[in-house]
Amino acid sequence: MAIFTSASQPVRRHHAASRATRTLSRLLIYGALLFWAFVCLFPIYWTVTTSFKSALDVTQGHLIPWLDFQPDWKGWRSIGLSPDSILGTSTARAELVSRFENSIITSLGASVLALVLGSLAAYGLSRFRYKFGWMRNDDILFFFMSQLILPPVVLALPFLVLYKALALLDTRFGLILLYTLTVLPIVIWIMRDQFNSIPVELDEAAFVDGLSIWGAFIRIVLPLAVPGMVAAFILSLVLCWNEYFFAALLTSTDAKTLPVMVASQTGSQGINWWSMAALSTAAIAPLVIVGILLERYIVSGLTTGAGK
Amino acid sequence: MQNSSPVADDRHHKLAPQRVLVSRKNAGRALVVLASAGFLLVLLIQILHSIGATTAGYTDWRPVLYAYLVWAIAFGIGQVMVRGERGQRALFLFPAVLFTVAVVIFPTLFGIYIASLDWNLSSFEGPHFNGLNNLIGLFHDDYYWNALRNMIFYTLAVLGEYAIAFGLALLLNAEIRARRMFRVVFLLPLMLSPVAVSWMIGKSLMEYRFGPAATLARDLGWDNPAFFAFPWVARLSIEAMDAWVSIPFIMIMLLAGLQAMPKEVLEAAKVDGASGWQSFWHVTFPLMLPVSVTVLIIRIIFKLKLADIVINVTAGGPGGATDTVSSFIYRVYRDRSNVGYGTALAMFYLLMIIAFLTVLLRLSKRWTQKVA
Repeated sequence: MAIFTSASQPVRRHHAASRATRTLSRLLIYGALLFWAFVCLFPIYWTVTTSFKSALDVTQGHLIPWLDFQPDWKGWRSIGLSPDSILGTSTARAELVSRFENSIITSLGASVLALVLGSLAAYGLSRFRYKFGWMRNDDILFFFMSQLILPPVVLALPFLVLYKALALLDTRFGLILLYTLTVLPIVIWIMRDQFNSIPVELDEAAFVDGLSIWGAFIRIVLPLAVPGMVAAFILSLVLCWNEYFFAALLTSTDAKTLPVMVASQTGSQGINWWSMAALSTAAIAPLVIVGILLERYIVSGLTTGAGK
Repeated sequence: MQNSSPVADDRHHKLAPQRVLVSRKNAGRALVVLASAGFLLVLLIQILHSIGATTAGYTDWRPVLYAYLVWAIAFGIGQVMVRGERGQRALFLFPAVLFTVAVVIFPTLFGIYIASLDWNLSSFEGPHFNGLNNLIGLFHDDYYWNALRNMIFYTLAVLGEYAIAFGLALLLNAEIRARRMFRVVFLLPLMLSPVAVSWMIGKSLMEYRFGPAATLARDLGWDNPAFFAFPWVARLSIEAMDAWVSIPFIMIMLLAGLQAMPKEVLEAAKVDGASGWQSFWHVTFPLMLPVSVTVLIIRIIFKLKLADIVINVTAGGPGGATDTVSSFIYRVYRDRSNVGYGTALAMFYLLMIIAFLTVLLRLSKRWTQKVA
C-alpha cells in the first residue's frame, strides 16, 4: 500500500518496502520455527498428558488438562508411581525399577568401558605412528570406524549362539560388551579429534620433566581432554539407553532393559493407553532431561569432524 | 568419515633410544609364550570336552573368555618387557584392538560358518551343513527381495530428511531470538528411544480411532485415515517417524557447517546483488557440500540398520510393505527360529552394504573434490 502513496519519494518507498519484506521474512522464519517446535514437542506433550487421562478423555480426543479434562493419576497408579500408590507394593513398579536398573547399569557400564578403551586408542592414534603389518594409523582408524557399518542383524545371531556357549545370555555383562562395541567407533572418533586439538608440546614438556609416556598421558593430557570425554560419554549413554535390537534378542528375564519392556507392553492386545503413556514417559524422561541440560555436550559430540 | 586428515608427522614423538635388558626381554617372551600356551590349553580342553572326547572340562565356555582376558593382560605386559617404550606405545592401542577382534572378527567369521548350516532351533535335529543351500534359497525368497526394495525407498528418503534438516539449519543460523531454546527443542526427538517413539507416534498419535493425527486427517478430508493399512501410506508413515527421530542429527551437523562458513563470502555475494535464493544456491550450498556428503553418508549407514520402529509398529506389514532387511531377519529368527538361514540373509546383506558404501564413498570423494 505504501507503494502507491509514496510514489513521489522513491527513497522512502524503498525503505518501506524493504521493511515490509523484512517483517514478512521475520514472520515466516518465526512461523517456521514455531511450527517445527510444535512438531517436535507435540508427541512428547501428548504422551505426558495421556498418562493422566481416563479412557473417555482418550477417545474424545481431549488435549488440554483442566480445560478439556480433569487430570488423574490413572496411568501412574497402574505402574505404582502415583502419590497414593508409591508407598504400597506394586509388581508393575518392581518390574519397572528392575528394568530401569538394567538400563542404567548396561548403558553406564558400556559407556565407561568404551570411553576407557576408546580414549587410549584415540590417544595412541593421535600421538604415535603404528605399523602392524601393512596397517598404518589411517588403516587402523578405518578398521575401527568400519565397525559402524555392521548392521546389528549380522552380529545378533552369532552372538546368540556364542553367548549361549559362554553362559552370557540374559546377563548385563553380555549386553555391556555388545554396547561397548557399538559405541566404540564413535568414542574413538570424538576422542581422536579432541587429542589432536591438544598441542603435542605439552606431552614433550612432560617428558622433559621426567614423566613416562603413560604418566604424561594420565597427568597432563587426560585432564585437558575432559570436554571431549564428557561429550563422548553422554553420546554413548544416549545410544546405549535407546538400544533395542540386541536387548530384544539376547535378554529374556533377568537383564531385560527398558526399551524391551516398553516394546513388550505395546505388543499386548487392548493397550491401556494411560499405563503405556506413563511407561513411555518414564522411559523417555531421563533422556529428555539429559537433552535439555547437556545439549551443549551432545552437540559438540555430534559435530566432531563436521565443518572442517 | 572421509574427512580424517592424515596425521601430520610432527605430531609423533621421536623414539628415545633405550636399551632393554636381555634378561627382561627373555622374561617377557617367556611370559607371552606361557600365557599363549595356557590359553590354548584351556581352549583345547574345552573343545575336547564339548565334542565328548574327555570328561574333564567346564559346563560352559566362560573359562575360555577368562583365559582370553588373562592372555591379553600377559601379552600387554610382555610387550612392554620385550619392546620397552615401543611396547608402552602399543599398549594404548592393544585393548581396543583385542576387544574389537574378540567381539567383531570372531563372531563375523563364526556367522559365516552358521550361514552355511541348516539350523532351526525349534527342530529336534541339531545343525547340519548344507553348503550354499541357504544362499540359493535366499534368491527365491520374495520377501527378502521385497525388504531390499523397501531399503532403497528408505535410503532415498534420506534426501528428503536432508532437505528438511537443511531448511531447519538455515532457520537456526538466521538472526533469531531464543536460538538456544529452539536448538534444544529441535534436538529433543533425537534423544528419544525409537521404541518409545513407536508407541508415542505410531501406536497412539496415528491410532486409527482416537489418535490426534487421525482426527486431524479426518478434518482435512481424508475419510479413512489408516496410516498403516495401505502399502505406500504405511511406508511413508514409518519413514515419517524415522525422519522425526533423525532429522535433528542431520540438522545439527549442517548447523555446525553453516556456523563454520566464512562470513565474508556471503557478504561478498550480497554486495554483488545476489538475492537470498541465489546466494544460497551458488554460495552456501556448494560450500556446504563436503559437510553435506559426510552427514548423508553417516545417515545412510544408520538408515541401513533401521529396524526398531518397523518391528514395533507394523512388524513389517501390511504384507511386507514396510519391512526392512533387519526387521525381516528379526522375524525369521524370532518366529521361525531359523538361525542358519537368518544368518545367511544377514551376511548377504552385509556384503551388499559393503559394496554399496564402497561405491558411494568413491563417488562422494569425487563430488567433494570438485568443489574444493
